[in-house]
Amino acid sequence: MVNAVATGGVMVNGIIDLPAFQVALAYFFVLMVLIIVRLLGIKREKEIIISSIRMTLQLILTGYVLVYVFENPNPFITAGIIILMEAFAVHTVFNKFKGKLTKPLKSAIALSMSIGTLSCLVYFLVIIVRISPWYDPQYFVPIAGMLIGNSMTGISLGVKSLLEGLTTQRALVEEALILGATPQAATKSIINSTFDAAIMPTINSMVGMGIVFLPGMMTGQILSGTAPTTAIAYQIAIMLGILGAVAFTVILMLQLGYRTFFNTEDQLQ
Amino acid sequence: MTLFELIDVKYQNILDLPTLFIEKNKVVTIVGASGSGKSTILRMLNKMLSPTQGRILYHNIDLSLINSVTHRRQVTMLSQNPAVFEGSIRDNLNVGLKFQDKSLSSDNVLLGILEKVKLKKELDSSANTLSGGERQRLALGRVLLLNPEVYLLDEPSSSLDDEMEESIIQMVNEHVRREAKSLVMVTHSKGIAEKYSDVIIEISGGECCSYRGCNGERNH
Repeated sequence: MVNAVATGGVMVNGIIDLPAFQVALAYFFVLMVLIIVRLLGIKREKEIIISSIRMTLQLILTGYVLVYVFENPNPFITAGIIILMEAFAVHTVFNKFKGKLTKPLKSAIALSMSIGTLSCLVYFLVIIVRISPWYDPQYFVPIAGMLIGNSMTGISLGVKSLLEGLTTQRALVEEALILGATPQAATKSIINSTFDAAIMPTINSMVGMGIVFLPGMMTGQILSGTAPTTAIAYQIAIMLGILGAVAFTVILMLQLGYRTFFNTEDQLQ
Repeated sequence: MTLFELIDVKYQNILDLPTLFIEKNKVVTIVGASGSGKSTILRMLNKMLSPTQGRILYHNIDLSLINSVTHRRQVTMLSQNPAVFEGSIRDNLNVGLKFQDKSLSSDNVLLGILEKVKLKKELDSSANTLSGGERQRLALGRVLLLNPEVYLLDEPSSSLDDEMEESIIQMVNEHVRREAKSLVMVTHSKGIAEKYSDVIIEISGGECCSYRGCNGERNH
């Protein structure tokens, strides 16, 4: 996966390697953007430089970590990486809604994120790809990243829509309760539109896939010499996996989450 | 027979009711200045709020032991500013039945209800275009359709003109007496209270200062 050592700009196994000097030439793009924003008077130079440096350092670090992890497959390291990814994803969602989430809702988010992504991940790796050993980091880490990353986006959209729904439609939920609705029936339309909002981006990206754009994973595999047919097989499987993980995570979050807006007396908190 | 009994009920610093009885099969009105806690009492009787202290008994059973949703289906409230749901007048009349998993009413029944609440509208027309008074009557119609044991009406005529107010209250009053139901109503109109109630409860500053039956006055 990772060709950390440059061998001088020649073909290795049919792939053109990128030596450090050639990569450095890509910073020409950054220079160009810097000149443009300077000329236009848009004060974004600092952000562009910092983000370019951060991206470079983070990826170099990740590259070397992955080289180590792939060369020394270990169930504990794989599990540790997954836990870190989950924690980071949950933390990102919490940060995004700072001060708006109650403790029970936070637990609902963390729980649905973990259960939703892990169950789909296990099915994907063990039943579909049939990796062996089960903790093979070369498959486990990138696939987990894709499922967790997409579920994180789905949950963020879901939480946003749920909070908005229960704020703007509070009077309707209250009216439904007054008329003898269960909390579940009172929030049904909010939950349905939330689920819709959370999975629409995944559905839309499936519609345009292969025609409007070539997805990142497939592009990466093709660039690294994999036959396009193999790359496509993986891409189809991963897209379906992402759809499943996003839907499962969001539905879990909603089922656990809507209850947190009510107390044990079925009153709105 | 006692319908509700309130024992040492407090709600935050809004209400403080050492004792209050509401009898079954009666028309009871709660009067008092705005902000005196009248609506809070109704919301507690409907279990939309729970007292911060004290107990409320319904048919001698502590409300905290009764499932809230089950209770709200027997003791149904019409709130002061009822929300109107997306959709037609038909949808809005049927929405309570839908929430309670009951079979929806036929158009004939719905038209009868519209006539009762004096709403001259088509069932298919949108509910969003109704005025405040029309919304209130639509919401009253939807509560009548649910046919609960106890009606809790919070200022059911606040957006109506005097003539409409009189005829709507009279209709509800007749309905309750004919069907042997109970009615607890909050109103700002002393005239309405005097004319239709068996018992008038006056609330002032969150406390019950007078409790008057139709056969004279009993002070607490």
